[in-house]
Amino acid sequence: MTAPESVAVLGAGMHEWGKWGRPFAEYGIDAALAALDDAGIPWSDVQFVAGGETVRNGYPGYVAASTITQALGWNGARVASCYAACASGVTALDAARSRILAGLCDVALVVGADTTPKGFLAPVAGERWDDPDWLRFRLLGATNPTYFALYARRRVDLYGATDADFAKVKVKNAKHGLHNPNARYRKEVTEAEVLASPMVADPLRLLEICATSDGAAAVVLTSMDYARKHGAASPVRVRAVSTVTPRFPNTVIEMPNFSTDSAAALAPPELTFRDSIAAGAYEEAGIGPDELSLAEVYDLSTALELDWYENIGLCKEGEAERLLNDGDTTIGGRIPVNPSGGLACFGEAVPAQAIAQICEVTWQLRGQASGRQVEGARAGLTVNQGLFGHGSAVLLST
Amino acid sequence: MPATTSVPAVEGWFTTSSSPCLLGTRCTSCGTYFFPRASGFCRNPACRGREFDEVELARTGTVWSYTDAQYQPPPPYIPPSDAYEPFALAAVELAEEQVVILGQVAKGYGVDDLAVGAQVELVVEPLYELDGVEHLIYRWKPVAS
Repeated sequence: MTAPESVAVLGAGMHEWGKWGRPFAEYGIDAALAALDDAGIPWSDVQFVAGGETVRNGYPGYVAASTITQALGWNGARVASCYAACASGVTALDAARSRILAGLCDVALVVGADTTPKGFLAPVAGERWDDPDWLRFRLLGATNPTYFALYARRRVDLYGATDADFAKVKVKNAKHGLHNPNARYRKEVTEAEVLASPMVADPLRLLEICATSDGAAAVVLTSMDYARKHGAASPVRVRAVSTVTPRFPNTVIEMPNFSTDSAAALAPPELTFRDSIAAGAYEEAGIGPDELSLAEVYDLSTALELDWYENIGLCKEGEAERLLNDGDTTIGGRIPVNPSGGLACFGEAVPAQAIAQICEVTWQLRGQASGRQVEGARAGLTVNQGLFGHGSAVLLST
Repeated sequence: MPATTSVPAVEGWFTTSSSPCLLGTRCTSCGTYFFPRASGFCRNPACRGREFDEVELARTGTVWSYTDAQYQPPPPYIPPSDAYEPFALAAVELAEEQVVILGQVAKGYGVDDLAVGAQVELVVEPLYELDGVEHLIYRWKPVAS
């Protein structure tokens, strides 16, 4: 398979992350308008709107694309609302990009927005005995941090990761996000402060687990032809989109499951599911991890950021702590990770988060990431994983 | 008033004998195990089996990973007592079935009693009480080494 044509990211825009409890579409409108203004494209020219569905208790909530389209003023655009939990934003982007590459439209808006309740993300109310996401709370009291902590603990017991290693991820990301105008938390944090925060799910502490936030992000995608006619000679380009699902048997326990697949009859695949997500993007783009200038990874926990270093091929298994401690993943280092500040500084606004990662890489590649710029950035990867087997990775380049 | 009767908190997932075990299913065509039980169509993509035998899974396994819950989980979790008592959880690998199963850790044991690779065995203990009925759940108990 030859590498597909590029599509252009002409506009990127966000509504800052926070906690206000307003209707999600209000945030979505602000992000969409910011992206359209950034692109210099009027709303009336948008032919396709792809929206990441809002998330309610693990399942799709409000119909995002048509709600935001109606709120901006019906313009006849075709719409698609996409649900893939944390990966919803990239599933929406994938729909927009595919439509452009198929020649079915030239201009598409991709938008995700949400408003989230306080505290643990909890399942839908009522008795739902056939729903693993309900059952895991009822039968095990297994919250989302339970699963994050299982992965973290393996790093400790298998690779010798320490509490200090995990805390340093938070310290790094807090520093990265300090001057990001869209981040919710813009405050330096010390290792001692992280280690003094209460234990939530051993070995993860409160300051190491991402919060839930309100927020919105949007990008405007166009065909390369349209971009040139529009006067954008060398726009940031989408080179690959990976929305892979696992391969059976998936031998890593995943939220919200009670078990892994059994490998008794069929050997596990060569790559784990998380490994396969970025691999899909590298293969499609013909660009490898050595060519990346930066990466935005889904740091639902500090330890999970370290897992991602290995999953996206920045280092071998068990070497992520060394990469972190050598400063490789700090801005100024070999391969900065989460220059935006990551989920550590944003908290998660689920359908917006994967699009926010794309906004950040876009700004980095344009040299517009004020206060957190990775110098000379040429290529960047975003990666995340959504509940129920949704992978997402996007490779962008200048 | 103490509970007078005990029932499994979920039907058909485990036995409650003195040597309890988890109940799963096994595809009669390819031999893949499922817990919780699968029926209908085998999830092995190389298999088109539709028949499953109910099987008792191994009572012992090795810890794949573990953690605890220092804060009370939200509903539908039902706290067993008014004052919240943290509990541990472990994901345990069964050798024969080649599957990892998540469960709470037996009462009285915490993360300090666990390690990746350590041996555990299945026990059944009270999870919560509702309307005077004690609801039981499977748990993983560290095996003294």
